[in-house]
Amino acid sequence: MLTPSVVSTITAAFLGSFVEVVEAFTIVLAVGITRSWRPALQGAALALALLVVLVLIFGPLFALIPLHVLQFVVGVLLLLFGMRWLRKAILRSAGFIPLHDEAQAFAKETDLLKQQAMDKRADYLAMLTAFKAVLLEGVEVVFIVIAVGTAHGLTFYAGVGALAAVVLVIVIGALVHKPLTQVPENALKFVVGLMLTAFGIFWTGEGLGTEWPGADFMLLGLLVVLGGFSALAVKMKRDTLMSVSAEVAK
Amino acid sequence: MNLVKQIWSELVGMFVDDGALATQIAVLVAAVTGAVKLIGIPPLWAATFLIPGCVVILATSIKRARRK
Repeated sequence: MLTPSVVSTITAAFLGSFVEVVEAFTIVLAVGITRSWRPALQGAALALALLVVLVLIFGPLFALIPLHVLQFVVGVLLLLFGMRWLRKAILRSAGFIPLHDEAQAFAKETDLLKQQAMDKRADYLAMLTAFKAVLLEGVEVVFIVIAVGTAHGLTFYAGVGALAAVVLVIVIGALVHKPLTQVPENALKFVVGLMLTAFGIFWTGEGLGTEWPGADFMLLGLLVVLGGFSALAVKMKRDTLMSVSAEVAK
Repeated sequence: MNLVKQIWSELVGMFVDDGALATQIAVLVAAVTGAVKLIGIPPLWAATFLIPGCVVILATSIKRARRK
């Protein structure tokens, strides 16, 4: 049944994973185009295999942790992770820090790979680049899936959301064959930051033994409060930036 | 070894970016948990305090931020 909890779990896992997979895709694409597809795909496959092994080893251990403890730990980690994303998204929207640019990331990686082209270990270094990108972004995807799914026994739905994001990025990437610069990464990170922070508050509370009024619907209330605050914060920070710029121009 | 170090620092970076933000979140959670477990405040009251607490922490962190 599509309860608010299931819908928000799938949405958070899909959007959060989508952003991470786009970032990994940019690096793998850079390796594939600049060096060759063999080290790019080998590195990506090796990282995926390692992620699967890690999930298979550590996944069953979560079942041994009492639910309240799990909810509390996951809630606190989500607060740390989500509020970090939300802070960055607010500052990016206000123009305080530059937006993440996939074209720039692609160019930077391409330059680095070209510099390594004459190295005897060029294929190995290229494979390592793809491996690291997929592993590091993949760890974030795994965390998002576990964090938004485990505490309410919705890991399957979170996994479906993440898998849909992976498939969608691969399909779009295979079609356009260039960095996915049109993806509104900051807007997505803004939404995911809001959702993860809301989940963080919700589960930290449940971990403490709270029965939230309205049960799962409380998540929507938390989203409204955090969304309202974030919109206000962007406006105020943008106004500050404009007034500083106006003073400098005088 | 370098790769392991890099992965470790990325893992830590997932949760700790602005050190003050992470510390304040930890203090807030510790205070709320202490209020429930040590003082015996009802969990709902304490958990509700997380909402303004997180908003204030976020506001402080954003106010502190400098332009890059």
